[in-house]
Amino acid sequence: MLSLADTGFAEATWIMVAKSVVIFAVIFGVLPVLTVVERKLIGRFQHRYGPNRVGPYGLLQPLADVGKLVSKESFRPENATKTLFILGPLLPVLAGVLSLAIIPWGNVQDGVGFYGIDVPIGILYFFAVGSIAFYGLLLGGWSSGSKYSLLGAMRSAAQLISYEVSMGLALLGVIMMSGSLSLVDTVQAQGEMWFIVPQFVGFLIFMLAGFAETNRTPFDMPEADAELVQGFMTEYGGMRFGSFLLVEYMEILVVSGIAAAMFLGGWMGPGPSFLDPIWMLAKMIGLVLLFIWVRATLPRLRYDQLMTLGWKVLLPLATLNVLVTAILVVVFS
Amino acid sequence: MSAGNGFDPRSASYLDSIEVVEVQRGPDPGGVGGAYRAFGETLRGLKTTMARLIEGPMTIEYPEEKTPVYPRFRGRHKLHKFEDTGLEKCVGCSLCAAACPADCIRVVAAENIPGDRVSAGERYAAVYEINLSRCIFCGYCEIACPFDAITMGHDYEMADYDRRDLIFTKEMLLAEPVERTPLKSEGE
Repeated sequence: MLSLADTGFAEATWIMVAKSVVIFAVIFGVLPVLTVVERKLIGRFQHRYGPNRVGPYGLLQPLADVGKLVSKESFRPENATKTLFILGPLLPVLAGVLSLAIIPWGNVQDGVGFYGIDVPIGILYFFAVGSIAFYGLLLGGWSSGSKYSLLGAMRSAAQLISYEVSMGLALLGVIMMSGSLSLVDTVQAQGEMWFIVPQFVGFLIFMLAGFAETNRTPFDMPEADAELVQGFMTEYGGMRFGSFLLVEYMEILVVSGIAAAMFLGGWMGPGPSFLDPIWMLAKMIGLVLLFIWVRATLPRLRYDQLMTLGWKVLLPLATLNVLVTAILVVVFS
Repeated sequence: MSAGNGFDPRSASYLDSIEVVEVQRGPDPGGVGGAYRAFGETLRGLKTTMARLIEGPMTIEYPEEKTPVYPRFRGRHKLHKFEDTGLEKCVGCSLCAAACPADCIRVVAAENIPGDRVSAGERYAAVYEINLSRCIFCGYCEIACPFDAITMGHDYEMADYDRRDLIFTKEMLLAEPVERTPLKSEGE
């Protein structure tokens, strides 16, 4: 049980429950829209319309997709490890929902914090929970009893190790400037200037690593539809496959949320304070659109290029960024 | 090897005579310079895709929207009648059947009865069938016809559920076809 001293003020239980429900409802309302927005945008990037048959402008497409996935058989290969195979898609969903809790939507207003919870360890929580999501991937791939799945899972593991370090280092610069791990404090520290200006390199590294973390092109090695037939998800069908897809979008939202809070001033924006969550959501959606734009542009990296980029470019660059930031922080304080 | 032929691979004259060809290589990947270049190229790629987005879709949504065809497009055949007398132009000469490389036209000719003429000539086509599942739409029948009785239309939507329905009889070919296909306008 978290002591109330840590959050700085007391909140009634029902407020916390209501907050969770609202965050959950908003995110799960946005997710299906995101899938259709992505497909339509990718279509536009390729001179196509994208889905436009189901409902007006194809907006009901996610409904049809979910209907299809739910009605499919949840197939399990004979040589799959049963419990782990079922656990595989569940862990990432759990981790994704958990990491939604720390995304700050606004400051404390009338005794209610506009966030799930303001953990003092903020970013560390994000990394811890994000790593649990990868367990789901690994377990799912390994327990499928298929070589493609195993290859995809191995790639995921290598990718996670290569990019999580740079991701953490990229955020270290911001943490040094704000002097706090808490996301709420970090956003408040950006009152004068968004951290994207002094920490532009950090932002780039974080976004690059974010692409790798969420298995998006150009780092979608674990899935690699062309060579690995969806990698770790090969043997999954029905809603289990669907939850992997869902998690991908949820992770994109979470990474966008962290990036928006750490670099883009979070809920800061003109207008009255009740618009704060809207600003936050707008910044997140903007970053998600960037994800889609990059997906439409870049081809998948080769495996060795992925490793080279992670270890030889991003890691030294992130370390340099941290060093320079540390020196500047000491000099100017 | 005797020393008499004067060939020495280590001699200066031989080494001078070798043409050294520079092999063109791409820039060395990796390193900070590579990262910088990759970043620039990524931005260029993003610009390219954004330009495609602004151009808008090029899709022709087929069943609702059809690509216009050229006036000389060779679609489904049509048989013609004289507009003034209403008589069939086809005289049953079977030249189209002879010209057909796919052998998909069947003509059975019959004598015209005076007073109840079917065609303008001496004979007429009692049976005129085109098997459209065989037709290759080459248009040779159109060229072979001495009376312009058969021409190629613009209709290309001929899919059917039964192969037997693709054998078009004279009545079907003579009937005024539903013009479903738009024609290309001048300069399109």
